[in-house]
Amino acid sequence: MVITGAEIVIRSLQEEKVDYLFGYPGGAVLYIYDELFKQDKVRHVLVRHEQAAIHAADGYARSTEKVGVALVTSGPGATNAVTGIATAYCDSIPMVIISGQVPSSAIGQDAFQEVDTVGITRPCVKHNFLVRDVRDIAPTIKKAFYLAKSGRPGPVLVDIPKDITAQKCEFEYPQTVAMRSYSPVVKGHHGQIKKALQLLLEAKRPMVYAGGGVVLGDAADKLTALVRKLGFPCTNTLMGLGGYPATDRQFVGMLGMHGNYEANMGMHYCDVLLAVGARFDDRVIGSPAHFASEPRKIIHIDIDPSSISKRVKVDVPIVGDVGEVLGELLALLDSTSDRPDQEALGGWWKQVEEWRRRDCLKFNQGTDVIKPQYVVQKLWEVTGGDAFVTSDVGQHQMWAAQYYKFDKPRRWVNSGGLGTMGFGLPAAMGVQLAHPGSPVACITGEGSVQMNIQELSTCKQFRLPIKVILLNNGYLGMVRQWQELFHGNRYSESYMDALPDFAKLAEAYGHVALRVQKPGDVEDALREAFKRKNDLVFLDFQVDPTENVYPMVQGGKGLTDMILSAEDL
Amino acid sequence: MLDAHWLRGLMVSKQKIHMRHVISLLIENESGALSRVSGLFSARGYNIESLTVAPTEDASLSRMTIVTSGSDDIVEQITKQLNKLVEVVKVVDLSESAHIERELMLVKVRATGKDREEMKRMADIFRGRIIDVTDTSYIIELTGTQAKLDSFVGAIDAGLILETVRSGICGVGRGDRVLKV
Repeated sequence: MVITGAEIVIRSLQEEKVDYLFGYPGGAVLYIYDELFKQDKVRHVLVRHEQAAIHAADGYARSTEKVGVALVTSGPGATNAVTGIATAYCDSIPMVIISGQVPSSAIGQDAFQEVDTVGITRPCVKHNFLVRDVRDIAPTIKKAFYLAKSGRPGPVLVDIPKDITAQKCEFEYPQTVAMRSYSPVVKGHHGQIKKALQLLLEAKRPMVYAGGGVVLGDAADKLTALVRKLGFPCTNTLMGLGGYPATDRQFVGMLGMHGNYEANMGMHYCDVLLAVGARFDDRVIGSPAHFASEPRKIIHIDIDPSSISKRVKVDVPIVGDVGEVLGELLALLDSTSDRPDQEALGGWWKQVEEWRRRDCLKFNQGTDVIKPQYVVQKLWEVTGGDAFVTSDVGQHQMWAAQYYKFDKPRRWVNSGGLGTMGFGLPAAMGVQLAHPGSPVACITGEGSVQMNIQELSTCKQFRLPIKVILLNNGYLGMVRQWQELFHGNRYSESYMDALPDFAKLAEAYGHVALRVQKPGDVEDALREAFKRKNDLVFLDFQVDPTENVYPMVQGGKGLTDMILSAEDL
Repeated sequence: MLDAHWLRGLMVSKQKIHMRHVISLLIENESGALSRVSGLFSARGYNIESLTVAPTEDASLSRMTIVTSGSDDIVEQITKQLNKLVEVVKVVDLSESAHIERELMLVKVRATGKDREEMKRMADIFRGRIIDVTDTSYIIELTGTQAKLDSFVGAIDAGLILETVRSGICGVGRGDRVLKV
């Protein structure tokens, strides 16, 4: 059957079983929007800014195991999308972004709404394509979905000139993809896996360090089974939260710059480290030189060879899908009666428990001012620890990560790598659409939420009953914290005068809103909000403006150089 | 070349041992492929001394030779990152074992009076060929390793050089080492 390029785009998305398409129309994509109009399989979610379309598709992808899909127009549509694309790229999120381009004949002519989208996005996509022939649309979209999802996932952009969407050709969606230049390794090297198990069984002070790869690779069950069987302590990175149940005794909390004392100490002083789907980044291990100062054997499982021995030299590299490799490790462990040295392990746990007793996350909730940590703790209680939680970037993000104990993967959705303020609310839209009926909370700050607050309008249009938990301290808190600690209390531009009345603002968008000022009202406000199953409820918590995030490892310092509380200063 | 100079300065200070490597790769012959490779080098602060690229006998593939330098760790990352590019089919570090390198240079020199005969002699000594002659100038074509071309430029009177152009090196593994799909 001969159909137009625009129809091929939509038919291809249908073939990929895309249920939601997040986007914003414009000149270069008008034919595509016309085809969207004529069908009802792919539902379009009209955002209020292209950045939000990408974040929403991203939130959708992170909370499911599917590919997020977005559609934007040429020029400003594409440039607005760039922050979202880079956000997804840094966290390896599978997404396909379709962008309109000016007609082929106008490319290079400085046409209206023309930018070199493929050039601009090249460094922040897994791959991108400029389609030059209508016959290439279907195979290119097929490839885009395959690339986005396979190997180390990531965003893939397909740029389509307007004239190509109007031309016609025969449509047949390819069933398979063959690319001689691309074949990610899935199965790990058996010899290396055996070596890894040997090291694990000989460990006296073992530690398991698991990152976002465990969540993305849907390997949380296997990780949990392995860690329990071995009886080792386990820590998660910010991206890995939920990869191991946070309420489990063997979980020692998040590690890194704002990680738990016991996690950071354990990471530093272990003798065998099993790193799974993590990349030893600067916010996790601080200074690589300091980390290397303590001898330990490192096993590193990752699907991306370039993540291995990039910042930290490892002893047993295993390239492969984390689920596959963990599965094989488990099978090998089951086939042997060898077990770790229980006496040594007992001694190590005694040490870990001693570190844990420092209770590094303790805080005092008085009767006057709401502590931000308290709000997150109550949110965890009220939602039974089972909500989807998105966050923006800053202090509230760290408190969310520290005090909401995620027991399941894909419940915690945040911009870890790029650190994109404005991510939380649109990401929550994608999460809520993917999980209608499930509680979705967006923990945010008054700085971050204003970066995409226009999406309250999208939430209204699509009746998304997100609970916005605004931890409003009147400061760009994380900036203020660094200025307090490292810049002599000079609060340069970290105070926002003239904040809006957020409750009124949310009401103006047609939502339910409440300002909460007393600690005693926190729990009731949260309960009331989650009772309203069909409403977006915007809770403006007026929290302690001077509260800081602890523990803290100063940038570039070693993991054991922790500031545990304000008294440490 | 591609910000190589300041990047090189930056990297010398970061890494102590700085070895020259010749990396050869096959990449899908598609528009934008070159910029993916050069963009990778500039984005990650890797040094490029030279980069040559042209289609192979199979027109769907291009072959690149990249001369770079860095510590073992950096070069390991470079090859991993190159392999990660979706359009890259194969990568080898030629300098890991025996290989041949050749570069082409065209030198336009002033050739008048007594210099005319001298220049011809120098070209012969270096097994160069004079491929263009005017009343006042020659163009000399010279092929060889980088070192040979350097010594030719050093051997002739610098004041007579009007312009030089070099292709950057092409490399190929010796014997059984074949880079092919």
